[in-house]
Amino acid sequence: MTFIAIIDYEMGNLKSIYKCLKHINVQTKITDDSNVILNANGVILPGVGAFQDAMKHLNRKNLIEIIHQIAGNGIPLFGICLGLQLLFTKSYEMGEYKGLDLINGEVILFDETKVEKIPQIGWNNVEFQNKDHFLVQNIPNNSYFYFVHSYYCMPSDSENILGKTKYGEIEFCSIAFKDNIIATQFHPEKSSKHGIQMYKNFVDYCRK
Amino acid sequence: MVLTKRIIPCLDVTEGRVVKGTKFVNLRDAGDAVELGAHYDEKGADELVFLDITASSDKRKILIDLVEKTGEKVFIPFTVGGGLRTVKDIKEILRAGADKISLNTAAVKNPKLIAEGAKIFGAQCIVTAIDAKRIYVDSPKNADEHIVIQVNNGKYCWWEVYINGGRIATGMDAILWGGKATRLGSGEILLTSMDADGTKNGYDLELTKAFSERLNVPIIASGGAGLPKHFIEVFKKGKADAALAASIFHYNEYSIEKVKIECQKAGIPMRL
Repeated sequence: MTFIAIIDYEMGNLKSIYKCLKHINVQTKITDDSNVILNANGVILPGVGAFQDAMKHLNRKNLIEIIHQIAGNGIPLFGICLGLQLLFTKSYEMGEYKGLDLINGEVILFDETKVEKIPQIGWNNVEFQNKDHFLVQNIPNNSYFYFVHSYYCMPSDSENILGKTKYGEIEFCSIAFKDNIIATQFHPEKSSKHGIQMYKNFVDYCRK
Repeated sequence: MVLTKRIIPCLDVTEGRVVKGTKFVNLRDAGDAVELGAHYDEKGADELVFLDITASSDKRKILIDLVEKTGEKVFIPFTVGGGLRTVKDIKEILRAGADKISLNTAAVKNPKLIAEGAKIFGAQCIVTAIDAKRIYVDSPKNADEHIVIQVNNGKYCWWEVYINGGRIATGMDAILWGGKATRLGSGEILLTSMDADGTKNGYDLELTKAFSERLNVPIIASGGAGLPKHFIEVFKKGKADAALAASIFHYNEYSIEKVKIECQKAGIPMRL
């Protein structure tokens, strides 16, 4: 039986991800128990809120080392929204803060002169850079996904970009990946049928 | 390749069932809230708004139950509003699975609630709902405390904020209040025209435009949708980011898809 752990560090809408996984009949648990997390077939790092607070909570719960272990052990790790941003080297949200540094790059604020409104709220297209990647199977290229964010990631290496999205004059990385790590800036659990398909793809990958 | 405009069905709920008022009175039953929400997800709604008008004493429990159940069947974002007064209220609803909460009367009475909510949960999940009504004046000079705009019938007006479900006038200017709410940290404004609500004659385009041009957060226009062309107008002329409607969808006068196709034909980016 495939089991997916959703990391609980008191940031954001964990329940929506939980319910989405339940909807596709996956065994899952919202947890901060390192044993449960390390023994899962796949791990989701969710998150809504501020970068600095999120890192503080992860640190307080001793989860930073656990997440590094997961990444190192080759367990599939899926970052969502703030969970994507945390995977990067550093963020410039309200200062300059170190992230988990699992993917090289930075997280920066939308330039207000290049976009109409901040945050970006709503449905936008994602252009897949590799249609053969497991995460985007059975999802049409340029499908719409639901975004809510003011900051976006800039991977140092363009090979880590799996999806691109344009907001105003800014084209940014909306799906990042590296080895067993994948991450979306949008919320698949809020992106109706294509988002549900994305979780199915992730779970299938975890099963292998 | 662009952010789309959003079409948002609004479900007024009491005891977990959907009702829709015309000018805030004469409620009619239009179905089970969770089922209707799931139906709208399947039919292409971009988001949902639930406004709870339950009056009973175990109101909060019923609402949390609705939010929990909605989350099991609805996989698009949904906002919950109606009688939320404290940070604890906000937390309970978000924890139960809502993506955003909307504040109306409580925010007018205690604007700090917006700031506190935004600080703890993020601006993106704090929506300020404003019920606005036109107050006509002879000329711009007559109302120096208010933002007066010449509307398309040639007359001048400003918009007054109403609270308690549209029953109590506050004397506050809606545009100025919208600006304040945004500065306090509200990530979106749900703007209802009390003049247009229930008429099916179209949104208050001047009101919507006045907000959209002044505020740097998304504006959800509400009140007056009766035809697909009303949506086109509110996106093009009103510059709204999202359009909310109830009875046009609940009574299947036009489907969400029909409205979206008409908007797309008019050059408005839609998720189809």
